[in-house]
Amino acid sequence: MRIDLNVDVKHLTRVEGHGNIYVRIRDGVVEEARWEVVETPRFFEVMLKGKHYTSAGILTARICGICSIGHALASIRTTEAAFGVVVPERARRIRLLAKHGETLQSHSLHLLFLATPDFLGLPSAIPLMTIAPDVFALAGRLKGLANRMSDLFAGRTTHPTSLLVGGVGRMPPLKEMQQIRDELHKSLDDLRVATEIVQKFKIPDFTRETEFVSLKGERDYPWIGGNLLSTDGVDKPEREYLAMTNEYVIDHSTSKWAKLSRESFAVGALARFNNNHRFLHPEAWDVAHAVGLRPVSHNPFHHNLAQLVEMVHVTHESIRLIDELIDLGPGTLAVPVEPRAGEGMGAVEVPRGILYHHYVFDDDGRVEKANCVIPTTQNNANISHDIEELARTYANTSTTNEELSLIAEMLVRAYDPCISCSVH
Amino acid sequence: MRYLGIEPVKPRVGIFDFSGCEGCQLQLLNKEESLGAFLSALEIVHFREGSSEASDDYDIAFIDGCVTREDEVVRLKKIRSIAKLVVAMGSCASFGGVLRHRNYIDLDAANREVYGDKPKETGKTRAIHEVVKVDVTIPGCPVSKTQVERIVQHLVLGVPFHDVVYPVCVECKQKFNTCMFEKGTLCLGPITRGGCGAPCPTGGLGCWGCRGATVDPNLKEFKDLALKRGFSEAEIDERLAFFGGFEGITCASI
Repeated sequence: MRIDLNVDVKHLTRVEGHGNIYVRIRDGVVEEARWEVVETPRFFEVMLKGKHYTSAGILTARICGICSIGHALASIRTTEAAFGVVVPERARRIRLLAKHGETLQSHSLHLLFLATPDFLGLPSAIPLMTIAPDVFALAGRLKGLANRMSDLFAGRTTHPTSLLVGGVGRMPPLKEMQQIRDELHKSLDDLRVATEIVQKFKIPDFTRETEFVSLKGERDYPWIGGNLLSTDGVDKPEREYLAMTNEYVIDHSTSKWAKLSRESFAVGALARFNNNHRFLHPEAWDVAHAVGLRPVSHNPFHHNLAQLVEMVHVTHESIRLIDELIDLGPGTLAVPVEPRAGEGMGAVEVPRGILYHHYVFDDDGRVEKANCVIPTTQNNANISHDIEELARTYANTSTTNEELSLIAEMLVRAYDPCISCSVH
Repeated sequence: MRYLGIEPVKPRVGIFDFSGCEGCQLQLLNKEESLGAFLSALEIVHFREGSSEASDDYDIAFIDGCVTREDEVVRLKKIRSIAKLVVAMGSCASFGGVLRHRNYIDLDAANREVYGDKPKETGKTRAIHEVVKVDVTIPGCPVSKTQVERIVQHLVLGVPFHDVVYPVCVECKQKFNTCMFEKGTLCLGPITRGGCGAPCPTGGLGCWGCRGATVDPNLKEFKDLALKRGFSEAEIDERLAFFGGFEGITCASI
């Protein structure tokens, strides 16, 4: 049978930002298959020049409406590396709790509100209000708790207000911490129900050999700083991030692309799981088994499953961190900062993968030069190569244009792309 | 169902994104305890970030982000021609937000620095009202969902909406915060439009003026206070320029 197929998705839905999917198959042969990023360039790195170090984190948080806490933390880490600042114990824990709040918020938004509709044959999560109100309520509870947790530890979920160079701006009130801790305990029941929902998802059986890059865990599942690791065996210190990212400019995309040992690589929840699964909480590991996720997985649709696994892990770790913070009691939250000329790099695992900031400062602590490498920028080439492989897989099957379009959309969505972010 | 003697209408709503971080439209999915009621009050027919349904028949258009490229002008004008009411949502849509900084850099040089010999199409930052007529403006970086809800209630009930006329200081005091100036931190709270609930002074950051100037701000008194507290004119000017909501106002002009 001779197959002709066309997919032409302009401005993919249920993702952050603007991207297009284009596939053209003639007589069963893939003529073209690609992922295009058409987001408008914003030039944050150039806007940063001349800015005082105290505004860098506030400006760069605005790169992204979903992972603004991650950007603020990467910015602060970069600045503190340049100035040689050592952050107090309490601030370190509060920051990690802010990070975890963001991971829970972002993963629950993506998995339950944006990706789940595909597996239930719905255009969005809104119809769930009437056809499966219990599922809608569960998704709302999990995301709501994550938002309140982010508000408590970062000052605000979107564009944080208490993450400062030198430490944090306030100690969360004890009663509110206890309440969030108790709610996190209860939310484990909701996550068990979520696991049952995800178990029923019909995950496409599609794999493509991929190199996965993430922070390298030493004792814990890693989130803030440390060495950089790839499944192909590359292992670099944080300050050598450029050797890990190798960005380049292409014609049909306003986002840069990136490569490492192969033509592309992937970052994100699946990369973290593949590289650091041995540090997962036992219950998170059980969930991985329950939903059929095994390391090393080369199925990009498994990003969704890895997000669920991380939600369980992060919930357990947050309960422990809150207990530690309560035991520490009130005390120093920030240290004085002495700006100086210098250079710093910072790597943070944000929901969609590893994020790098890199600043050069002058004597007064003003930014002379800046570079930010975004997770989705690192994923874009890999997404495009996945689409090519997906097109080849379906080129000689009895698939319709609509079916191929849907599965290609689901593939891109699985990466949970943050497209505006990738064109910063 | 009548409410306070008024039959609420269920407006057809489109949510559209332009240049920006898309954080404001995400606020629409927050505040989960009232999310069901919020979504039930509207018929959301176009929301690319949240739904695959897309209709070109809507009454109210919520616009997130600003305009930086010509294709956005075309898209925005089409939206204006359809919508009865256009709402600029967030600081970028209202006055450019942090992307206003792009208007003070050399965009050609920036393009070369980032993209080398493959420059991308781009242009100056324009707020939504600089391209089409805007009916309602909700500034904030991000917008406060509580305030969006209140405005939507008014739209649904057909009751005129009046924004708060007091500065951020009022809401900060209601939270029993110690004044940022007492802590040695510069704060635009005395001259910035309230309605946000003062999250930035509460978090320890101080106000950065993301909502723009309050009604009849006492700029002279603010400048004297900030200078007396040891902040330089350069610091004050940098802060005033940060979100684009005080454009044209500097220490020299006050």
